[in-house]
Amino acid sequence: MFMVIAGGGKVGLNLARELLEKGHELSLIEQMRPRYVRLERELEHVAQYGDATELWVLERAGIARADMVIAVTGDDEDNILICQVAKQKYGVDRIIARCNNPRNLEHFKLLGIEPAVSATDLILNLIEHSLPGHGIVRLLDLSGDQLEIIEVEVQSGAPADGQRVADVELPDGSRIISLLPRDACGFVPKDSSMIRAGDEVLVILDPGLEDDVMSLFRTS
Amino acid sequence: MFVLVLGAGRVGERVARFAMTQGHTVSVLDEDPLALDRLDAGVEGGWESAGGRFAVGTALESAALEAAGIGEADMFIASTNGDNTNIVMSQVVKERYGVEKVLCRVADPARAEWYESQGLHVICGTRIAISLFENELRAD
Repeated sequence: MFMVIAGGGKVGLNLARELLEKGHELSLIEQMRPRYVRLERELEHVAQYGDATELWVLERAGIARADMVIAVTGDDEDNILICQVAKQKYGVDRIIARCNNPRNLEHFKLLGIEPAVSATDLILNLIEHSLPGHGIVRLLDLSGDQLEIIEVEVQSGAPADGQRVADVELPDGSRIISLLPRDACGFVPKDSSMIRAGDEVLVILDPGLEDDVMSLFRTS
Repeated sequence: MFVLVLGAGRVGERVARFAMTQGHTVSVLDEDPLALDRLDAGVEGGWESAGGRFAVGTALESAALEAAGIGEADMFIASTNGDNTNIVMSQVVKERYGVEKVLCRVADPARAEWYESQGLHVICGTRIAISLFENELRAD
């Protein structure tokens, strides 16, 4: 596959190294001269010098024939714009954007820039996962495929507490895929597996069903 | 009319003050608190006592936009010196807040042309400068 990566910082460089090793063809665009010089020394012609929000820079990097554009600069506006232009002007089907400030995620979504990946959000999720008594944790969000996987801890007295998996009245479009009892290993449950307060439950669901699903495992 | 001006640099400051002389309610959002001094300098008694509004913040943060009054805005002028900020914010206020009139300053003529074709009302100072130079250079 031919990919254009905008931003040659830590994220961009490490992505480029991995993708080259997997045999992909790349252009890596970096606008800071000293950093570009270092990149060029390691990656040679793969490195391109310029501002990736300028159309001629993108064109020189080969965006017109790119199978995928990955915008990982440290600037959210730049990442939005690069992906928008890639999609709308150059007809690139697959884009991935880095979202530096998770508060900007809503803007990425509003302008149709998906998937947008926020490292801060990913780390936040892991922190929440390790805190006792957390509510819902979004483990995986496959927006393109309209699916997500969430984790929720069963509260004592919740509708699902003490029920068999088959008896939990989940809405259509959702399914329990794993149970993680408090003091045992997680497993893929059978219809007859019991759900108890304190267990963590992984549910795969269509986006929008979070509240309905949550209400079965939480009391408030 | 309620006019929200994003960025009180060389362009935004003048545009904001002009809007005020035209009787509009004007709110300015800039990430630099010092931008208020620039606004004050051109208005007798100071910008805020003359009725102008000023908020500090980064445009992309919704809280800052809302503090500046985007909810009431009839017109949004993106006049920072960052093309990408202006282009992204112009689309956001159109889509999310339904602001009727949105003007977007873009320095790069190539991006100006493309976003114009996408329906953005673009003001490109560079393009004006180029055509003035070209007029002086015309051979006939």
